[in-house]
Amino acid sequence: MRLPDGLVAVVKRDCPTCVLVEPVLRRLGAAVWCQDDAGWFEGDDTDLELSYRLGVETVPTLLRVVDGAETARVVGWSREQWAELTGVPDVGEGLPEHRPGCGSLSVDPFRVDALEARYGGSGLASRRVELAELEDEHEALFDRGWTDGLPVVPPTPERVLRMLRGTTRAPAEVVAVVPPDLVECTVEKVAVNAVMAGCLPEHLPVVLAALEAATAEEFALHGLLATTYFAGPVVVVNGPVAARIGMNSGVNALGQGNRANATIGRALQLVVRNVGGGRPGEVDRATLGNPGKFTFCFAEREQGSPFAPLAADRGVPGDAVTVFAGSGVQPVVDQLSRDPASLARTFAACLRVNAHPKLPMAFDALLVVSPEHGRVFREAGWDRARLLAELEELLTLPGEELVRGVGGMAEGVPAGLAGARLPKFRPGGLLVAHAGGDAGLFSAIVGGWVAGETGSAPVTREVRA
Amino acid sequence: MRTVLDPTGERQAAAREPLPRPASLRGRSVGLLDISKARGDVVLDRLAELLAADGAVVRRYRKPTFARTAPVDLRHEIAEQCEVVIEALAD
Repeated sequence: MRLPDGLVAVVKRDCPTCVLVEPVLRRLGAAVWCQDDAGWFEGDDTDLELSYRLGVETVPTLLRVVDGAETARVVGWSREQWAELTGVPDVGEGLPEHRPGCGSLSVDPFRVDALEARYGGSGLASRRVELAELEDEHEALFDRGWTDGLPVVPPTPERVLRMLRGTTRAPAEVVAVVPPDLVECTVEKVAVNAVMAGCLPEHLPVVLAALEAATAEEFALHGLLATTYFAGPVVVVNGPVAARIGMNSGVNALGQGNRANATIGRALQLVVRNVGGGRPGEVDRATLGNPGKFTFCFAEREQGSPFAPLAADRGVPGDAVTVFAGSGVQPVVDQLSRDPASLARTFAACLRVNAHPKLPMAFDALLVVSPEHGRVFREAGWDRARLLAELEELLTLPGEELVRGVGGMAEGVPAGLAGARLPKFRPGGLLVAHAGGDAGLFSAIVGGWVAGETGSAPVTREVRA
Repeated sequence: MRTVLDPTGERQAAAREPLPRPASLRGRSVGLLDISKARGDVVLDRLAELLAADGAVVRRYRKPTFARTAPVDLRHEIAEQCEVVIEALAD
């Protein structure tokens, strides 16, 4: 819209300063647009387009316009400034010398995203999909195949813009190449899927880090998606960011009920589904899958932990995510062990059955030690390395117990390995984290997937703002 | 009118007509890719026998692990050397 030459003002009726200057504006013959009352002046800016385009932050705003272009601007009421701009020395006679204005509706935090989406040349590159009036918006998203089976939050441009405020990274920056279709995924596409997953903007940096970690070559995300095995990405979050965004590392840490845990893991899976094109029954060939493929994300309970933070131990101190190819939760119960050697034996006995008690070196695992079990190690001065060393010794298994046919089970290792001593886990194939509520002498084993160079290796990445 | 943003990769796969199906495999180069799954070789050995009996020239390939996609050089080698693709999935 071309502005009329002369004086132009933007006001809102709800602003006492605007009401104060109303007679002044009328006497000056200014062209006035009102934000909240279409009938107050000639100009109707109740859709706030003019206010947005002019960058109005305060009302009243008075402009001088020459040849359609703004040449001067004052905000609020100041006789001195208005006199200078209008060239009328005694402008507003009888009014106080100065009154501050009010906030413009166009910068109201509840409206600014919608205005930016509508008028801002938002910079969003994603295709815009218009839903028909008669379409139920949730059904429309199911129908297009964009959900994981649960409803998603419709990714409107406003919501995506708001999500993008959670990161300093540019919307067009490519974060990852996502399998199986090997699609370059931008920050914007991650934000779209994060909106759908139910994330808040402050969750976005963690989602971005999780995606970067999951698409690292050694994580083998394509294979993890395509496998007939159960596994999917499990995200463990370390550092102050976890508490800052409200993640749960305590009671029911691996369960439902916490928005950050639930939506960050879900956003990662939605990116794989929607951007990468990885859908169950297509490239995802899981025989059974596991419920963690909806979402599986938790924070490590660093406070009171016998162990250094998992990510720090893996070389990334501070805010970081570690992704692990995990297959669901196996409980470990030991309510009697009060010394670390006994408890380590319990862990070893339960870890031995990971995937199959007769299959060594085949599948990784993530052991999540609860606070009550953790206390036993902490009080005995056992750190992660000590526990892992103990478990390695306990889980070096005699080949004769593992060969095919032993125990009446065909599964096992070739007969030629009968004399060997075989480690249950490859080096680095057993992760140990600390999480859970204060009460309960239980820990958890998250079984892994095909390990290491032939399969997936865990990956840790920094969370960046 | 409600507007949502497309969450997909918005990939436009190039549409290509497949070549006409050959009437016979006699004299054709057929590639068999072993993905390194346990006992996959048993299936592929038998398939190679049957294809050879039909007069096909069988070429054998193997990728390092079933858990990862085939290395790009291997994919290129197969594309260069083979005339026929048999796409199948079993586990």
